[in-house]
Amino acid sequence: MSVELAEHPINQPASPAPLVRVEDLLMHFPVYKGILRRQIGAVKAVDGLTFDIRKGETLGLVGESGCGKSTTGRALLRLYRATGGRILFEGKDIAALDGEPLRRMRPRMQMIFQDPQASLNPRMTVGSIIAEPLIEHGVYKGEARKAKVRELLDAVGLNPDYVNRYPHEFSGGQRQRIGIARALALDPDFIVCDEPIAALDVSIQAQVVNLLKDLQKKLGLTYLFISHDLSMVKHIADRVAVMYLGKMVELADVATLFAVPKHPYTKALLSAVPVPDPQVEATRKRIILKGDIPDPANPPVGCKFCTRCPEAIERCFVEEPVWREVDPGRHVACHRV
Amino acid sequence: MSDAVIKPPHGSPSAPLVTKQRTLAADVWRQFRQHRGGVVGAIVFLTIVFLVIFGPYLHGINPAALDVRSRNLGISFAHPMGTDNLGRDMFAQVLAGGRTSLSVGITAMMLSLLLGTTIGVVAGYFKRLDGPLMRLTDLFLALPLLPLLLVIIMLFRDVLRARFGPETGIFLLIVFVIGITSWMQTARIVRGAVLSVKEQEFVLAAKSIGTRERRIVTRHILPNVLSPIMVSATLGIATAIITESALSFLGLGFPSDFPTWGRLLYDGVNFMTINPSRVIWPGLAISLTVLSINYVGDGLRDALDPRIRGR
Ligand SMILES: Nc1ncnc2c1ncn2[C@@H]1O[C@H](COP(=O)(O)OP(=O)(O)OP(=O)(O)O)[C@@H](O)[C@H]1O
Ligand SMILES: [Mg+2]
Repeated sequence: MSVELAEHPINQPASPAPLVRVEDLLMHFPVYKGILRRQIGAVKAVDGLTFDIRKGETLGLVGESGCGKSTTGRALLRLYRATGGRILFEGKDIAALDGEPLRRMRPRMQMIFQDPQASLNPRMTVGSIIAEPLIEHGVYKGEARKAKVRELLDAVGLNPDYVNRYPHEFSGGQRQRIGIARALALDPDFIVCDEPIAALDVSIQAQVVNLLKDLQKKLGLTYLFISHDLSMVKHIADRVAVMYLGKMVELADVATLFAVPKHPYTKALLSAVPVPDPQVEATRKRIILKGDIPDPANPPVGCKFCTRCPEAIERCFVEEPVWREVDPGRHVACHRV
Repeated sequence: MSDAVIKPPHGSPSAPLVTKQRTLAADVWRQFRQHRGGVVGAIVFLTIVFLVIFGPYLHGINPAALDVRSRNLGISFAHPMGTDNLGRDMFAQVLAGGRTSLSVGITAMMLSLLLGTTIGVVAGYFKRLDGPLMRLTDLFLALPLLPLLLVIIMLFRDVLRARFGPETGIFLLIVFVIGITSWMQTARIVRGAVLSVKEQEFVLAAKSIGTRERRIVTRHILPNVLSPIMVSATLGIATAIITESALSFLGLGFPSDFPTWGRLLYDGVNFMTINPSRVIWPGLAISLTVLSINYVGDGLRDALDPRIRGR
């Protein structure tokens, strides 16, 4: 691990070591067509990401629908086999891990899913859903396991007597809590929250987000928090990464990013967020992006954002901007910055 | 809002303090009893099974006993279902035939279900095997069934008879033949269901936990494709009983002095105009069995689904 750190010195000396380090991650889904099922191309869902997630922080990941946020999260947890690149978890490359060694890594990193209904097996009781990770990794047995399940339910704010109920007997917010309890069962270090609140009612969103924050404080968790909702990201994240069409366009800490966005795409995204101050809100100018998000199977040459960018220059259409650190801890991929 | 961890008060009506383990079997049974069709079906089916097993002890006439003086009789106290053209007692024959038909039907259904479910699940879950297994299924669907059956039976009948005796030998052969020629529909339906279930997030969740593939299949996939399997099973018994009848009719099934429902039905066809009860009774037995099993299957399917069970 120390070797890895020496190889990749961190720019902010005060910041803690990265828990997860992603280097040039690629995730392409092949597209087959015709009777011979020949591969005619690939959906470049994730196309070269490089970033770290520091221990104990929350990294927010935002972007339009279909830009590859979920795919990034799933590839990090090795639910997919990455097409290329490295995923270093505490300095250990897990991108090529397989079989039993990968299974042994699983407890360290977990996921909370977007759709609390679909992520719980309708035919299993809550007790057995939460006990499944414990059974699979044989960490608790018999009575101790039952006690642990009740403890977990209690920790996410559910009545421990609910163990014998089925998922359909709960509300959306309660189901999401069950999902959180399952993710916590194996005492992970890192949790990918894939839009954990998108399917919930606004009043419950805050409850779940606060629960996640509380748990982070108590258990020292590290989150990758995927969301559409910029104001929620502002509330929970320490740093924010913005994605567009499989690429990261900007990464900075929350305050900086929301105060002075550098990438035109980030500017456009932020211009859509309402501001609480009525005076500022009255003068807020929305940047409306023209056109649609291009097809990730056939992205534009040059900068991926050039087709919709209000600030595009000639160079943007031919040369892809590199992902560089413009200020300490602040990465942008844009020719104009 | 600051207190995100809201605990429902203990003992509130929405939070009953029952921590007693709810067992799946008890839940399923409780729900099954509420399905009227299922209960009636189960009673009818169990009655048929009971009659077929114990009937011959109560109705002590030998089904093979000839009595030329009492041919083609109608319903009477001595012969509750009348007699056939050789004076054999129909009731005794229907009871004896039921033993064979039911055991062939159930065993062949189980074999075909096992084959169909396994192939369907493997094809649906493992992408690499999907193509080959589905082509195999298509191949079986395209096979001309009767010539195939003819060949198999011609080839193996004598071998099996010599090995296991005439009745067990032919029983095994027929069950095998029906089983391997009727699994294709099940396989296709199960594959489709698996394909849609495996894309659900709970399967991904299981993967992220580190659940082994085998367990993902048995714990998450199989229980969620139970409904189509259940439907296949109930239809499978019916098809098996009817296929066995067809085989017996072609002279490929059980020997002619060995009654089965299908055999009785086809033997009776020629005498339908003189003595309609010869086709009515075995036909009724087949229909009742198939119908009652369908209802039981319906009830079981609902009882096994917690979303319906909750209502
Ligand atoms: N298994 C797959 N096979 C082929 N293409 C896929 C697959 N999964 C995702 N994609 C494609 O990859 C792209 C990114 O998908 P992804 O689910 O990561 O988007 P997202 O950013 O999470 O969107 P949303 O905000 O709507 O959840 C999409 O264009 C999608 O069509
Ligand atoms: Mg997504």
